[in-house]
Amino acid sequence: MSIVKLNNNSIKNVTTLGSVSLGSMVLIKKLTASSSATLSFVDGSSSVVLDNTYKEYLFTFNNMHASSDNSTAQEFEFNMSIDSGSNYNVTKTTTTFRSGHDESDSTTQLGYVADYDLAQGTGFQGLTEGDGIDNDQCCSGYMHLFNPSSTTFVKHYISCFNVARHNDFTANWFTSGYANTTSAVDAIQFKFLGGNIDAGDICLYGIN
Amino acid sequence: MSIVKYNNNSISDVTSGASLSSGAMTLIKTLTASSSSSLSFVDGSSDVVLDNTYPIYLFKIINCHPASNDISFQFQGSTDTGSSYGVTITSSHFRATHGEDGSSGALAYITAGDLAQSTSYQLLGGSIGSDADQSVSAELIVFNPSSTTFVKHFMANVQSIAHSNRSNNQYPAGYFNTTSAVDAFNFKFSSGNIDSGTIKLYGIKDS
Repeated sequence: MSIVKLNNNSIKNVTTLGSVSLGSMVLIKKLTASSSATLSFVDGSSSVVLDNTYKEYLFTFNNMHASSDNSTAQEFEFNMSIDSGSNYNVTKTTTTFRSGHDESDSTTQLGYVADYDLAQGTGFQGLTEGDGIDNDQCCSGYMHLFNPSSTTFVKHYISCFNVARHNDFTANWFTSGYANTTSAVDAIQFKFLGGNIDAGDICLYGIN
Repeated sequence: MSIVKYNNNSISDVTSGASLSSGAMTLIKTLTASSSSSLSFVDGSSDVVLDNTYPIYLFKIINCHPASNDISFQFQGSTDTGSSYGVTITSSHFRATHGEDGSSGALAYITAGDLAQSTSYQLLGGSIGSDADQSVSAELIVFNPSSTTFVKHFMANVQSIAHSNRSNNQYPAGYFNTTSAVDAFNFKFSSGNIDSGTIKLYGIKDS
């Protein structure tokens, strides 16, 4: 029988193996909406990791489509929890600005959106506004969440979305801020302000 | 001598190992310009994947240097595997700018950089200089280009140095307003060749 060797050692004499890189961006969990009221990522539940395993977490949002409320009042939004999802009401201070342009080339927008920021608010934070519900309309984007398990610092987040609005208008939303708590954030929830998440995928990644 | 086993097979009999995850972000293709009129990523060609293998694709544009001065860097998509690049786009565009001499720090909407149901190329960066040290770099995200249900959103963050020695940070975003799959992308300057530079295409896994 021939001897199989690793690094010129017989396999039976090998005492250590080289580390295998899994890459710096690790998929933790994918949630797919199907007429879902909310989508939640809770640390320790359903294979979700949202603790000190990673210093940075990245959420991606692919084709989030609302079931109803085809109006300016619609928004895709999120909140955080410090009690494993029992309550989503963490205090936040945030900023929001957006750029926009309509399909008929009659309106452009660039500016701060005071109606969508929070000042020590515990409500849900809007990530988009005016989402359309035509079959081909949706929003997509991403959100970075930094060090949610810290018990020293506030928890910063940065998000960027593009949305096809109900009035055939593209809008590029930039929302950032912090959860103003020194408790660990261990769960996060996403939903539309009105109606269900008809369809769409949210992926959670850990960044090494 | 004891026999070392893997999955209950003698090591010498093992024909395959369990697959190892390589991380969620996969480099698909690197294109390097050399006096190139354009650079194209076409699904199924030259090892390029631009289909439902990944839900999100990320382009990294690194030091694309124009052969001509004071021109724009731009891109378009294709729904016919690169036979034509002219998908209908609606987009918005804004820019922060600041001169090396400290002049005119400003943030403004750029009407010349947006599109309204247009099949023209989407401007990514404008007024780019062709001095030897001038170029454009950027990140461009495209969501679910293979969808046959939804429009295809894109968002970019583009940094360039203008011919007038200004730092320009531009933010074009919008959607390809089609329910056909977008299966190719083309990048070029508005005039002249891409003298040099690199564009990398990554896929972001969701499984």
